Amino acid sequence: MFFILITGLLLGGTYALIAMGLNLQYGVARIMNLANGEMLVAGGFAAFWVYTAGQVSPIAALLVVAPVAFGVNWLIYTLMLRPLVRRAKSRGALEVDSILATFGLSFVFVGVMSWLFGGGYFNYSYLAQRVDIFGSSYGQNRVVAFSIASLIAAGLWIWLSYTRAGLRMRAVAVDPDSARLVGIDVPAVSALAFGLGAAVTASGGALISMFFTLDASVGILFTMKALIIVIMGGVGDIRGTIVAALILGIAETFVARVIDPGLTLAAAYVLFLGVLLFRPQGLFGKKPT
Amino acid sequence: MSATDVRNLGLAALALGIAALLPLYDTGYILSIATTMAMFTVLATSWALFSGPTHYISLATAAFFGLGTFVTGLGFQTLPFWTLPLIAAGLGAILAALVGMVTLRLSGVYFVIFTLGLAELVRQIVTWVQNRTGQRGMYVLTSITERDIYWQLIGLAAVVFLAGWLIARSRLGFALRIIGNDETVAKHAGINTALAKVLLFMVSGAVAACVGAMLAPRYIYIEPSTAFAPLLSFQVVIMALLGGTGRLWGPLAGVIPFTLLWEFISRNAPNQTLLLLGLAFLLIVYVLPGGFVGLYERVQRRYRMEGR
Repeated sequence: MFFILITGLLLGGTYALIAMGLNLQYGVARIMNLANGEMLVAGGFAAFWVYTAGQVSPIAALLVVAPVAFGVNWLIYTLMLRPLVRRAKSRGALEVDSILATFGLSFVFVGVMSWLFGGGYFNYSYLAQRVDIFGSSYGQNRVVAFSIASLIAAGLWIWLSYTRAGLRMRAVAVDPDSARLVGIDVPAVSALAFGLGAAVTASGGALISMFFTLDASVGILFTMKALIIVIMGGVGDIRGTIVAALILGIAETFVARVIDPGLTLAAAYVLFLGVLLFRPQGLFGKKPT
Repeated sequence: MSATDVRNLGLAALALGIAALLPLYDTGYILSIATTMAMFTVLATSWALFSGPTHYISLATAAFFGLGTFVTGLGFQTLPFWTLPLIAAGLGAILAALVGMVTLRLSGVYFVIFTLGLAELVRQIVTWVQNRTGQRGMYVLTSITERDIYWQLIGLAAVVFLAGWLIARSRLGFALRIIGNDETVAKHAGINTALAKVLLFMVSGAVAACVGAMLAPRYIYIEPSTAFAPLLSFQVVIMALLGGTGRLWGPLAGVIPFTLLWEFISRNAPNQTLLLLGLAFLLIVYVLPGGFVGLYERVQRRYRMEGR
């Protein structure tokens, strides 16, 4: 039981990072990015590639993965999604457009990645020793991934809470129109948030590739999980995201260990159903009036 | 019924009649492509019945379709074949009602996300049940030929087109168009928006399950990972949007070129089908909003303006 709890927390920590990336994109930039999982896989591919080709540690790879993901997604937002924001007549219209556009991007990414890397599964063995925590042993790579994910998440949270740039971002998350009135450059902040979210997710992908077998088309599954976490935690709510991710990590580990490893998505769906039926505004969200 | 209605009904019946004659001409490759087209026509048209007016993007087609194939797979030995599509339609409607009741009270995003994973969810559960009962995939060996499947699909297409035409003229169709334009207005006008959406989603779910049941004999061997392949949902969405959901014939205009293109790409570069799908999505968003129907209407309008 205790073992399940710790393993679940370790997994949930990495999920939290991935979902925080998506939450920045959806909460601030108002783009429901369904290509988010592909960014994760791309981050994982990059880590895999530098590790197997140059024996560079996946952690060092983060230093390259994050800025590249940021740059690419900043461009994607500015060139492709910004025109959609500008032409959208309502939030609903933007949602439909951005869902379709990011689906398109997601398939293009999968197509390109399976063309570059082939359709097979890939994994590598890094820090595959065991460590003992409270009498049970866990994969060292999981513990390291969790620690780094926590560090990045904490850094992001402090940045959002205590800096002027973070404040601007939160202002746009609350209300883009009012943010504009107090002199915030909403398009610039949105592009920044979109790029930053992708950088965070791609870092999560590099970390998760240390202990998880990925393939080119697995991204959509992570998108799905991240979406469930974001909705469960509440859009734009970092604290809620972290709590929801940990809950999902534990629930998945529990179902995989006790019932059947093939039912992990079903576990996520049970949580999702509960949220939709009882708290559609998210765990800590207030009821809309 | 006005004279135009009578003319349109006659034309549609004539077109379906001609389509039904195809197996007399060829029973090989052309029939095989035509069956695929008929399948996607039914799926995309029924998808557009719900998603066209409401703008709710449903990605659940694969879940309903897979459900249908499993109904046939489990029941074809014990029940007469003609009952299976009906049972599948019933189950599809029930599944759609359950999903609709949970998600359609809320905004569209929840619905998209829920339906996105639905096929995978059902697949996981079916696989789990099969593992527990020690079952594996199923063989569906029947005497049903591709020609029979094709005729069944043409018949179903006729039903779907007629249903779509009737719904568009009914109070339900009117209510749905108002919801699509502005949901708040619809609520204030006294429309039970959740009920209207759930009802129409049930129609499209029932049709997709029915198609799955009809097509099961074509696959011969059914297992969860192929029956619930999520790709189908995306193909249906893209074809319907490419054609345009504004008119009843819109999805058909998307199905024909896209099926041919898909066939061509998967023969010559099988690994690039996803890339094609992605580019088609981007094309719709950036170049062809409204699909071919939207393009046709723009051209028509310009033509009329010049004529004046």
